[in-house]
Amino acid sequence: MTTSEKSTTSVWRERIMLIVGPFLQRMILPVGAIFMALLVGAFFILAIGKNPVTAYAALLKGAFGDIYSIGETLENTTPLILTGLAVAFAFRAKLFNIGAEGQFLMGGLAATWVGTNLTLPMVIHLPLTLLAGVIVGGLWGGFAGFLKAVRGVHEVISTIMLNFIAMFFISYMVTGPMKEESALNIPQTARIADTAQLMNILPPSRLSAGIIIALLVAGFIWWLLWKTTVGYEVRAVGLNYFAAEFGGIKPNYNMFLAMMISGGLAGLGGAIIISGLFLRYQHGFEPGYGFTAIAVSLVGANNPPGVVLAALLFATLSQGALGMQNMADVPQDIVYVIQALVIFFVAAPQIVQALPDWIAKRREAAQAEAEGAQLEGGQA
Amino acid sequence: MNKKTPVIEMRDMTKVFPGVIANDHINLAVYEGEVLGLLGENGAGKSVLMSVLYGLYPPTEGEIFVRGKQVDITEPKVAIEHGIGMVHQHFMLVPPFTVAENIILGSEPRTGAGTLDIAKAAEDIKALSEKYNLEVDPYAKIEDISVGMAQRVEILKTMYRGAQVLILDEPTAVLTPQEIKGLFKIMRNLTESGVPVIFISHKLKELMEICDRVTVIRRGKMIGTIGIEDASPQVLASMMVGRDVVLEVDKEAGHPKEVTLDVKNIHAVDQNGLPVLNGVSFQVRAGEIVGIAGVAGNGQSELIEVITGLHKAKSGAVQLMGETITNHSAKQIIHGGIATIPEDRHHRGLILDFSIADNGVLGSHDQPPFARWIRRNFDAIKDYADEFIQEFDVRTPNQEALVRNLSGGNQQKVIIAREIGREPNLLIAAQPTRGVDVGAIEFIHKRIIEQRDAGKAVLVISNELDEVMGLSDRILVMFHGEIVGEIPGEEATEDELGLYMAGAKRNTPPSQGGETK
Repeated sequence: MTTSEKSTTSVWRERIMLIVGPFLQRMILPVGAIFMALLVGAFFILAIGKNPVTAYAALLKGAFGDIYSIGETLENTTPLILTGLAVAFAFRAKLFNIGAEGQFLMGGLAATWVGTNLTLPMVIHLPLTLLAGVIVGGLWGGFAGFLKAVRGVHEVISTIMLNFIAMFFISYMVTGPMKEESALNIPQTARIADTAQLMNILPPSRLSAGIIIALLVAGFIWWLLWKTTVGYEVRAVGLNYFAAEFGGIKPNYNMFLAMMISGGLAGLGGAIIISGLFLRYQHGFEPGYGFTAIAVSLVGANNPPGVVLAALLFATLSQGALGMQNMADVPQDIVYVIQALVIFFVAAPQIVQALPDWIAKRREAAQAEAEGAQLEGGQA
Repeated sequence: MNKKTPVIEMRDMTKVFPGVIANDHINLAVYEGEVLGLLGENGAGKSVLMSVLYGLYPPTEGEIFVRGKQVDITEPKVAIEHGIGMVHQHFMLVPPFTVAENIILGSEPRTGAGTLDIAKAAEDIKALSEKYNLEVDPYAKIEDISVGMAQRVEILKTMYRGAQVLILDEPTAVLTPQEIKGLFKIMRNLTESGVPVIFISHKLKELMEICDRVTVIRRGKMIGTIGIEDASPQVLASMMVGRDVVLEVDKEAGHPKEVTLDVKNIHAVDQNGLPVLNGVSFQVRAGEIVGIAGVAGNGQSELIEVITGLHKAKSGAVQLMGETITNHSAKQIIHGGIATIPEDRHHRGLILDFSIADNGVLGSHDQPPFARWIRRNFDAIKDYADEFIQEFDVRTPNQEALVRNLSGGNQQKVIIAREIGREPNLLIAAQPTRGVDVGAIEFIHKRIIEQRDAGKAVLVISNELDEVMGLSDRILVMFHGEIVGEIPGEEATEDELGLYMAGAKRNTPPSQGGETK
């Protein structure tokens, strides 16, 4: 390699890095983690005697092969975006909201109640249904925030407990007061009114307009976090409680607020899944989005754009799993392994970061060698 | 032992961290019978050099000799085996253990039955403490003894492990003037009984007083070693900083006007309900600097927190310009006209992972022009940051840099810019130059005096007596949560202040009873 060639490439590299550098740097960890998870996952697939390439191709086809799968993947993405945002927002205030599941379920129940019990024109009924989810989810999360702010109760404990309370309360409501009156005696609520339903936007899949709402909300949360004093205060409290307090910010109020917003986001997720997909509450409805959300938030680096992409990733994996099982005869449990590996590699950043370091070291060594050669050349 | 053979010698010591040359070919030798000063600003590489000597980091290049023999110090255990003892700035003692238990930790003597032989340990310690004149009580618990004694325990610990040379890292920061004198006596005793001392400090007066020679490093580079007979504080300062520095605080007499801050009989308790402020009363007038001296932990921190609304007072009153602000919220007090440089910039002062611009508006982030309703106005925030970066000479590539990546002095400048920028009626400056290098100290002191000359009331709280004495028009001394002394600034001497600080003297009336107790 001659000097001029080298300098041109390095100038170009510098120019490119100036523009995309900060973004790329943030992407290294999650993308690297996904890459390594797929790599390690491939060994598992090899170990059961299948071809990983075929398996992954089948997975992609299962998730994006036709309009129906694309729609289903996106429908799966919707609640993950909202619960992921919920966990991420709380995390910005250094609060670990394990209770997104409970807030999600309570939001769904509230939406069901409004959807089944009120008779209103759609322009009022639909927004009100979703709003009910936001409010009840927000109160459910806000209660944990209140306990934290006033009594110092650790939010991990209180939100876990509130998850159980939500589950059993819903169980009671669905088998009791809110149970549909029918001859079949199924433990489920009545179907919500047509005026409370989100429209389908991609038939034949079940994708509802909820995905649009989720994306708009992600944009709103991004704005709230980075462009407003609300986000400034929440982040300040999360990064340094004492300096925030010194600067006249009320840390306890902001922790409460963060938990309430967090719960509201999860509650909206529950409302959308009822209003756009299930249309009624069935006994035993516990899809676990609130728990996957923790992983989504982690992989998405607690930042709304990252959360959207991570939600898409997890939805793709779970949607593609079926395709992989049918087309490549690889059990869909492999997908759980891959999901776990993604989390593992994100949570153990040293492993992934070691990779670029190793590459950089190799490059440096090569450069040093080249320079040494050049020096010798000059002396000669 | 030949006088010419150094006890410890470091030759061409180089330590490179990724991107930083912390030590660049430094030569250092300490001989029997001497105290060697190691002088440099914060971040000059003093601590790294000593950490290499103590085996905490491997050197990149360079050799270490112990009594003329080259050694390879790979870990602290090896350093101890070679007789190198180190007392860190922050004590490494176990508070609930006794003095004896702490000293023997790691090399416990055993009885024939294999159990701990605490009696023998106490005996050994007694012998050692007599030999070096280090007075300690082997059976006292660390948590019950004074800072001065804790330091003697640390020194004894190294002697117990057979140290032949002692490194003291900034040992005087936590001591009263009298305790510092005691420490210097101990250092003399040690050198006379054959244990030379390496004394790390950036306090020029102390170096002049105790050292035989001083080695100066600046930005990782060796500047030189100078015999104390050729040195003066001025010479040392310019060696350390690389230019001439004004050491004395240069100011005219103040012109106190109306009372700005009036603190009346404040009582307060800590988290455990124990009294920390026992009836504090004083006033600060516009156009005057009042300094509060005292050994750390005598209620100064709580006093600031009460005035700034971060700690509740149990009784008493704080008035700002005649208006009672006792136990108002921090936000109300900031907007009422009190600006505060907090004592610990990492704890209260800054959000390290925020940018300079974001830190610059902390406290006024929700006020126009920085925000309208909840929308932040980034143009105004950036312009303001650019302005104070220029005015306060904050060394940074731009205002988007994270404060975490600035040096201590520049971090402090961000805080001072922010607080002075509020245009307060009262400026509280707590430890305004802690961990800041000499050049920045000069700058910060100038800014504080400017505030006074602009007619603001200024309250300075500092553990550095020189700072309090240099800045203040009037000095108050705090001891056990009370103001025990009030002395006009120009009349104060270190010895006299020391007596008040140790609680041995008092010239203020005993406080009236409050609700506490």
